[in-house]
Amino acid sequence: MIKKIGNLNKNKIISRRLFVLVAAKIGLIGVVTSRLYNLQISEKQKYEVLSDKNRIREWKTPPQRGIITDYFNNVIADNQRVYQVHLSLEEVSNFNNSIFKLKNIISLNEDEIKKIYEKKEISKPWDTLVISENLSWKEFSKLNLYLHELDGAKPVLSTSRYYPYSNDLVHVVGYVGDATNQDIQNKKKIEENFVPGLKVGKIGIENSKDADLIGNHGTKRYEVNASGKKISEISYNKETQGENLRTTIDLEIQQLAQDLLKNKAGSICVMDIFTGEVITMASSPTFDPNKFTHGISTKDWNEIKNNKLRPLLNKSLAGLYSPGSTIKPLVALAALEYGIIDTKFKVNCKGHDHPYELYGERYHCWKKNGHGWMSMRNAIKQSCDIYFYEVARLLGVDKLSLIAKRYGLGSKVLEGFFSEEKKGIVPSTKWKKQVLEQSWYIGETVITGIGQGYIQTTPLQLCLMTAQLANGGFKIKPNLIYDKEIDLDVIKSKIESEKNKSVTQNILKDHEFKYYERLYRNPNNLNLVLDAMYGSTNEQFGTSFRSRHKEDKYKFAGKTGTSQVKRITDQDRELDLDLEEIEYKNRDHALFIAFAPYDKPRYSLSVLIEHGGSGSKAAAPIANKLIKKILDRHELREKIRKDLKNIA
Amino acid sequence: MILPTSLNSTSYSFIDKLKAVDYFLLIIVAIIGSMSIFSIYSTENGNFSFYTKNHLTRFLVFFSMFLVLSFVRVSFWYRQANIFYILGILLLLIVIFFGISASGSKRWINLFIMNLQPSELMKIAIIVCFARYYHRIHSSDIQSYKYLLQPIILLLIPCYLVIIQPDLGTAILIAGSGLAIIWLAGLNLKYFIYSGLILLVSLPFVISILKPYQKLRILTFFNPDRDPLGAGYQIIQSKIAIGSGGLLGKGFLQGTQSYLEFLPEKHTDFIFTLFSEEFGFVGSMVLILLYALLIYRIIRIGFSSRSFFAKLYCFGFASALFLYIFVNIAMVVGLLPIVGAPLPIMSYGGSSMLSIMLGLGIVMSCKIYSRDPIGN
Repeated sequence: MIKKIGNLNKNKIISRRLFVLVAAKIGLIGVVTSRLYNLQISEKQKYEVLSDKNRIREWKTPPQRGIITDYFNNVIADNQRVYQVHLSLEEVSNFNNSIFKLKNIISLNEDEIKKIYEKKEISKPWDTLVISENLSWKEFSKLNLYLHELDGAKPVLSTSRYYPYSNDLVHVVGYVGDATNQDIQNKKKIEENFVPGLKVGKIGIENSKDADLIGNHGTKRYEVNASGKKISEISYNKETQGENLRTTIDLEIQQLAQDLLKNKAGSICVMDIFTGEVITMASSPTFDPNKFTHGISTKDWNEIKNNKLRPLLNKSLAGLYSPGSTIKPLVALAALEYGIIDTKFKVNCKGHDHPYELYGERYHCWKKNGHGWMSMRNAIKQSCDIYFYEVARLLGVDKLSLIAKRYGLGSKVLEGFFSEEKKGIVPSTKWKKQVLEQSWYIGETVITGIGQGYIQTTPLQLCLMTAQLANGGFKIKPNLIYDKEIDLDVIKSKIESEKNKSVTQNILKDHEFKYYERLYRNPNNLNLVLDAMYGSTNEQFGTSFRSRHKEDKYKFAGKTGTSQVKRITDQDRELDLDLEEIEYKNRDHALFIAFAPYDKPRYSLSVLIEHGGSGSKAAAPIANKLIKKILDRHELREKIRKDLKNIA
Repeated sequence: MILPTSLNSTSYSFIDKLKAVDYFLLIIVAIIGSMSIFSIYSTENGNFSFYTKNHLTRFLVFFSMFLVLSFVRVSFWYRQANIFYILGILLLLIVIFFGISASGSKRWINLFIMNLQPSELMKIAIIVCFARYYHRIHSSDIQSYKYLLQPIILLLIPCYLVIIQPDLGTAILIAGSGLAIIWLAGLNLKYFIYSGLILLVSLPFVISILKPYQKLRILTFFNPDRDPLGAGYQIIQSKIAIGSGGLLGKGFLQGTQSYLEFLPEKHTDFIFTLFSEEFGFVGSMVLILLYALLIYRIIRIGFSSRSFFAKLYCFGFASALFLYIFVNIAMVVGLLPIVGAPLPIMSYGGSSMLSIMLGLGIVMSCKIYSRDPIGN
């Protein structure tokens, strides 16, 4: 009985206790349910994003650079098929081992191996490492043969930059190399499209037009598992190739120019005097841009860097030289425009025994026996120094400086298109006060009159100066990339209307000129100077008479220049050494400017030979050959111009 | 006092026995079992290979064992309760000396056909043992210290043996099951409150004796983001999987977290995560509902049982089962620290399946022999 009551009692208790437990269980189920609701319903989106972040990984695919052509559509910067070997890090079991095996199959030197290890340090475990960018066919086929022994190694067909006319255009087109951190920071387009191994322009057009040339990277989205292994491709947003660019360069003339400069240090520039198109911009010596594409070897780099003739310097726009006598047409023009002298003004050049004297300083003409009585036309034609000493003295450096700047000296021709372009120096009293904090001496004016002293110009500036004289005195817009906005017919009609515009006295004051605006006061002044340049080349006693073309259609006008590297002493004058007898670095730079054809000018050019001696002997004969080629190709170029206009 | 069993027992015809079987409970177990097989199949990305085959075999074998055990008289378990308990302790001791280790803990005995985890058996043994103990003592003795001391010692021994393996999760489940029975037997509420307070006070001490990885787990529980790729990885990935499942889930075999291997331990402790990712909130609720029904049926059987032993066992087992399920789910949804507790029936693992089916077998025997009085 007692036991029964006990058991009844126990049963009662257990039921009560169970009730409490069940209540607690229901409560806990509620907690779990609300948690699940919270995770799966309220915060679903957050976790969906996290889940996608887990499983989807993006790989960027490199864009292809745009093709660069010359004016005639010859490809001058191409994309070439290359054989490469990549190493997929997630598939490599032993990195050191893989590299060792690869070393035996493809030739890798210590330098390259060091670079590979450096690259590996900064790679992510699922990245792909480019082991060699440019394998020979032999190495590539050998690699394929041993592929089964190399886990993670992948033979890849890729494209890379190739310059078919390697040395001929390096200063214009430039070259590419791996993007550095600085490149990525400085250029937004590079930052946006950066992919490991992306090549970017380092100099030249490749650098200036990088933003257009690079194109857009593609994106491959893969589903990956927890260890980062690709499972399947989800989407592929294809990369796009960069814009193709047409330059204004004529490949054939460029090649001829480089050829003419072979074994010399110097520059040749050719420009269309109306459109401002740079047809040739040659600089010598050159180097092979293809060597930079896959990283240049230390040996090759040192060879280029240590060359005394400085191949890395683009002499056309970053080389600074005294213009020498090539400035004389400008000095004459300035004196006429300001009415300082008239065309009848004469100076007597009496030879070395009776030099030009000013406050005790003596200034000599280059011609030992003197020119005799010189008028302006003759002085330009025979390049008499005494005449220009006197004209410069009468004119004053500030007026000369104003006119020189107006015709293109002292500022960047391509307006910063190339970062290395220099603007040179056109001195004035104000300039000397500001920069050197010294007063101007009259003697400095005198030597500025023959293009010596402080004045510094680039060959491209001299070419532009010549163009703006030859086109009748109108400001043009130099350009290197084909621009359909620049239309020859429009320019010509603008110039025609400018010619008839009445001119105020203001034109003699310093002010900004718009493109195709007239730069002169009186056309007769300009015509006289151009006529004198004609004489210089086509008449006896002219300094470039020996380089003239006899055939009418090739006739051109020019002006020689010899730029002193070193002050000429009385002893030098006494010795009168031949060029070969002077030490190379002390020889004069030879210069020549010209425009052609004379009767209907269309092209201007400048030739500079570093330490070449006199302009008439070293530079003018080069112009002779060039001009023939330029004029022979004129019809062809005009045809292309018409075609391009029709397309537009 | 002890009478021969034959005199005390009621006789049943075979038909009676078959009629007495709780078919509803059988069906629920079968449904959860099939769901578990499909889930394991999904962990293998839809390949019928190693884990799926093993799991299917085990489920079939142990489910049959459950059916066979159903027809063993409940009084057998009552009589053999102490033997069962001692056997459990012995096996735990064998683990210490001859056990096999995996990932830093020694939990298993190699039985050639399977690796037995005695701590899983102990989960059931402790319930049977305690049920017998409280069946035997008088209701007035329950509150006395003398009668309280014995079950506490009986509980501490296996808990200690399991903790040193180390396996904190199973130890907590064993302790929880034991305490549930002591509670159901009617021990005064104040004891629970006192011991709760003592536990709270000794918490710093307990933490100081925890293994470094256990401490890390607890720290991680409070802030999983402190080490997202290390200690916090499991819980973060589990929450991502469950959360991204949404209302209806990603679909069978479509759980990206699982098949892309972001989810750790997906066939064992995190099987609920996989299920929840693929079947969403609705699927999770269905599974929880099935478990709730299972527990409900067990409690019902307890109510219909005549003997106090059977009642106590059924209620105790139901509570323990609930505890296992709750701890597992709360763990994978980030409500509790990761302690390592399988989800009954769903998780891959022979010992866990064995102990659950054994437990269910005793429940079913309580049902079939519900009219059996058990004397002391």
